[in-house]
Amino acid sequence: MSTIKLIIDGQEIEVKNGTTILEAAKKINVNIPTLCHHEDLCVAGNCRVCVVEVKGRERLEASCAVPAEEGMDILTNSAKIRNARKDIVSLLVSEHNTQCTTCYRNTNCELQELAAEYNVDGNKYLSVLKEGIEIDTSSWSIEKDDSKCIHCQRCVRTCAELQHVNALTAAFKGNEMKISTFGELPFNEVVCTNCGQCVNHCPTGALTERRYFDQVWEALGDHSKHVVMNTAPSVRVALGEMLGYEVGTRVTGKMVTAMKKIGADSVLDTDFSADLTIIEEGHELLSRLRKVLLKKDTNIKLPMITSCSPGWVKFIEHMYPNHLGHLSTCKSPQQMFGALTKTYYAEKKGIDPKDIVSVAIMPCAAKKYEANRAEMNDSGYRDIDAGLTTREFGLMIKQAGLNFQNLEDSEFDSIMGESTGAGVIFGATGGVMEAALRTAYTIVTGRNVPFKNLNITAVRGTEGIRKASIKIDGCLEEWAFLEGAELNVAVAHGLKNARTIMDEVASGKSNYHFIEVMGCPGGCIGGGGQPIPTNADIRAKRIQAIYEEDMSKSIRMSHENPEIVRIYKEFLGEPLGEKSHKLLHTHYHKRNRY
Amino acid sequence: MSNKGLRKVDILFSQYSVAPYQILKQTMKKNKADVLTEINESGLRGRGGAGFPTGMKWQIMADEKAEEKYIICNADEGEPGTFKDRKLLVEVPRKVISGMAIAAWITNSTKGYIYLRAEYNYLIPALKKELEVFEEYSKQFGLDFPIEIFSGSGAYVCGEETALIESMEGKRGEPRNKPPFPTQEGYLGKPTLVNNVETLASVSMVCRYGSEKYKSLGTDAQRGSKLFSLSGDSPKEGVHEFELGMKVSDFVAEYGDGDTKAIQVGGVAGYCIPRKNFENTIIGEGNTTGGATMIFNSTRSMYNVIHNYLEFFVEESCGQCTPCRVGTQQLLKGIEAVKVGDKPECYLQDLIKLSKTMKITSKCGLGQSVTNSFTSIITNFPEEMIY
Amino acid sequence: MEEVSKIIKEKIKEVGNQRTALLPILQAIMKEQNYVKKEDMVDVAEALDISAADVYGTSSFYSFIETEETGKYLIRICKSITCENKGKKQVLKAIEKELQIDLGETTYDKKFTLKPTNCLGLCDMGPAMLINDEPFTELTTELVSEIICEFRNR
Ligand SMILES: Cc1cc2nc3c(=O)[nH]c(=O)nc-3n(C[C@H](O)[C@H](O)[C@H](O)COP(=O)(O)O)c2cc1C
Ligand code: SF4
Ligand code: SF4
Ligand code: SF4
Ligand code: SF4
Ligand code: FES
Repeated sequence: MSTIKLIIDGQEIEVKNGTTILEAAKKINVNIPTLCHHEDLCVAGNCRVCVVEVKGRERLEASCAVPAEEGMDILTNSAKIRNARKDIVSLLVSEHNTQCTTCYRNTNCELQELAAEYNVDGNKYLSVLKEGIEIDTSSWSIEKDDSKCIHCQRCVRTCAELQHVNALTAAFKGNEMKISTFGELPFNEVVCTNCGQCVNHCPTGALTERRYFDQVWEALGDHSKHVVMNTAPSVRVALGEMLGYEVGTRVTGKMVTAMKKIGADSVLDTDFSADLTIIEEGHELLSRLRKVLLKKDTNIKLPMITSCSPGWVKFIEHMYPNHLGHLSTCKSPQQMFGALTKTYYAEKKGIDPKDIVSVAIMPCAAKKYEANRAEMNDSGYRDIDAGLTTREFGLMIKQAGLNFQNLEDSEFDSIMGESTGAGVIFGATGGVMEAALRTAYTIVTGRNVPFKNLNITAVRGTEGIRKASIKIDGCLEEWAFLEGAELNVAVAHGLKNARTIMDEVASGKSNYHFIEVMGCPGGCIGGGGQPIPTNADIRAKRIQAIYEEDMSKSIRMSHENPEIVRIYKEFLGEPLGEKSHKLLHTHYHKRNRY
Repeated sequence: MSNKGLRKVDILFSQYSVAPYQILKQTMKKNKADVLTEINESGLRGRGGAGFPTGMKWQIMADEKAEEKYIICNADEGEPGTFKDRKLLVEVPRKVISGMAIAAWITNSTKGYIYLRAEYNYLIPALKKELEVFEEYSKQFGLDFPIEIFSGSGAYVCGEETALIESMEGKRGEPRNKPPFPTQEGYLGKPTLVNNVETLASVSMVCRYGSEKYKSLGTDAQRGSKLFSLSGDSPKEGVHEFELGMKVSDFVAEYGDGDTKAIQVGGVAGYCIPRKNFENTIIGEGNTTGGATMIFNSTRSMYNVIHNYLEFFVEESCGQCTPCRVGTQQLLKGIEAVKVGDKPECYLQDLIKLSKTMKITSKCGLGQSVTNSFTSIITNFPEEMIY
Repeated sequence: MEEVSKIIKEKIKEVGNQRTALLPILQAIMKEQNYVKKEDMVDVAEALDISAADVYGTSSFYSFIETEETGKYLIRICKSITCENKGKKQVLKAIEKELQIDLGETTYDKKFTLKPTNCLGLCDMGPAMLINDEPFTELTTELVSEIICEFRNR
């Protein structure tokens, strides 16, 4: 590829052809402010704050959108540019409901940051904020407040490009232009999967997750309630970002301490139920294989596809309603956890389940919705009472006045606090697959998977879709029908890739047996409830931290988790057994595609 | 400043040859490169507003290699005060279509579209008939170039070539980032040449009369003849054709109603010229060439005029980029506030500065051009803004 | 409903089922029933395999695609400066009086909707208006009454 030379702020630089001015400037550590630009998304070039001066041109150029050209002489900081940027930010402020003090994104808002940087005078221009804007709180997961929207269309691009859902669009034009769902319907009536990616990519407080931490505080303060908190694997590798740590720092021990300090009666680990999911899902896979391969049962669908990502589940319900049979019937770890908290846990601890408040801390926005799905009350109660995001939990820690960095490490409580490395890697794309293979292979052959350190690197990585085949030999007698078989698996993350793989499945041409799909880019570590910002680099670091956590565990296969062994012995009976079916499995609904 | 006085010409609406599509036929007998040179030498510039040299654009298009290439005739004519393209399409569609066909022949393009604004839907039946005639003759000449009409749906910004393309692709008419230019990546990602109706008709005329003759019209700065859509306080409203390069005073003397206070050239995206500058302003030099001229006499309130323009921009901005979406609203609200005394007079200066920011930061020509009429009206008629 | 799905099918036959067919289809629906209902948008989305939100976003962008119920005859009166200066106000008042509605409204019998529009390109013959696709120029208060009478009886 050819390169070009140009000058930025007096410094000569050589870059690849096609590099934008913004990217070129970054290479020499010149920061240009941006708003509509996001590394995960295609270029929009609509906010215009990234303008720079190209010598010889009267007009300023949007550096995010204009490719560097040979011989360009560029200024990124001149009076002309500063004035222009200040005007533009002032204009955005003038159409904005600038109630920063009461805004959820206060101190983590790109507009606010720029307004401060350019010392914008809020009274310079008249307010053109529309009157009577109502906040859409119809969804369990997402809140939309148009009065905070700067029309950057990042959300629209996110929903279209990353997620292939297209629940959001820009509507109308001119001063009426706004971000809208189909026909301006409330969020809970449209195809939105609640994945929360638009929230993660919104620069302002226009799109946020619905918050439930006040209810949680209430429960924590109510002594008649027994509050059980559980946290997902990817929370521990991202929470630190909100509390002064470098991206990719694991803060498991401090996180547990923090939960105890804010008053949780019991701090448990969703990794436990992730391990449980693996047992159930692994057996489900093997049972499907047996039914299809051995008994030629045509009612059973292969490939089996994972169901632990509620955004993905809602996506397939909307987009491929005729292929729900491929979904594993396993609930997500969160919901398994909830169902068990109010049955097994309550029984063991001798607490009346009606007094238990189960709180799940998740990297996810969709899990708020999932917790409120009508069918999720198999314990006889609401299985999960409140779903919080990593962000909400980070805020609670701040509210509690905890000096997080100085907290001691502590361990999860028991029961349902023990987990394995297999449960941990659920947080990263490919993790469920790897964990399931570790266990399923052992069930079938009685041996460990034939990979160094149990690390199945073929399914790891950040490629949108990854495929692998594993040859099974030396089967135990019971599984003889699998002897010599190639198990074909695939991993997809981000709903865009999910769609690609589903199209393949729907066309009947796929030869997979098992597919892992995660709704968010990077898997849960890139979830819609994780600290903002997000980008490929941040996600990669979180993934790395997940695998470090896995390696740090003494037990790394779900079926070896002693608490798992115990729960089957004392409560569940056997995988896919009657109790499992009642508490740990679920069913799906066809939904409207549009 | 070169002034040739007011010279009416009759070129674009001149009579057709007896047999249809003779210009095309004759042109296709020549060498493509020679014809391109002719067009280049004629000095013809785009008549859609931006004034890009037509020959140069065609050369770029001719150099693009692709299986499919498109020619689009931009008949979105939405600039308030402009209607010359309508007249061309009604009276001499053959010249426009010939221009498209010549473009296709030179640039090896495979398909043509006429992007016709929805407001002109009533022209479709006649145009379709003409396209049938064209189809018959082009086949005879061995030119495989089908042309279709694509109806717009009511959005001024879709006259901007990349918004037009988005609209043809079934999307919101939001202008794209440039580069890439349509000639590189246009309709469906293929090289696409977008030309104004009048530009295309003018190409036919260059081919008919030769570049020498065409070039002899106009001044060094602006070659050829040009249509003007004249409306407002004039007894002679309608479309008129002149050599380029006449003084506003000559124009007003001929077409004003004797009481002309100001004249808007280039439509609302152009400039407003007050009486005191009539003598020293040449139409088409330093101001845009869209050709809309609106005459205002002394009974007209220039506050109402700019208010009307701004309402137009506020509505017709595509809404995607900040300076234009919010800036237009600020200008409108701002002059209203000054008028009623909610903001001091000096606020008008802030607004002019803001309009200059819009000019240098907006994504497309719409937001960039608001300052033209805004600044020229505010600075020339400040008292009307206040009292 | 029948109608609309037929229109969609026919248009698709003509122009294909790519996204490029979107505006032609919406225009055809406009022609038939003068506005595009939400259900129609869903049908269109389905037919072109795009999201309903995209259809909505695109429809709402264009002034000539109506998304709210509109009368059989849609009057669009030009509000740009030349028509404005040439007496559009009086003409508009006359129409409002004749139809007994305000700008932006639809008559009780759903026959007429009255809307403002930007320049129609008929400035030299202003004040001007369109009724559906048909232009009317050099309007006077008397003339508009006649025109409306004629449409009433159509
Ligand atoms: C807001 C806006 C509206 C425009 N409207 C038109 C139009 O109605 N007709 C037109 O020919 N060009 C219009 N243009 C210019 C086109 O973008 C483009 O430059 C032109 O079609 C090129 O043709 P030409 O080179 O023959 O002039 C418009 C530009 C802008 C920014
Ligand atoms: S979105 Fe940002 S700028 Fe707006 S109120 Fe919230 S914190 Fe302030
Ligand atoms: S939550 Fe996900 S599916 Fe819903 S609008 Fe946002 S990005 Fe789209
Ligand atoms: S909701 Fe957020 S991401 Fe979407 S356009 Fe508004 S500010 Fe941008
Ligand atoms: S300048 Fe106006 S019309 Fe052009 S892209 Fe920006 S908002 Fe749209
Ligand atoms: S960041 Fe470049 S235009 Fe928005």
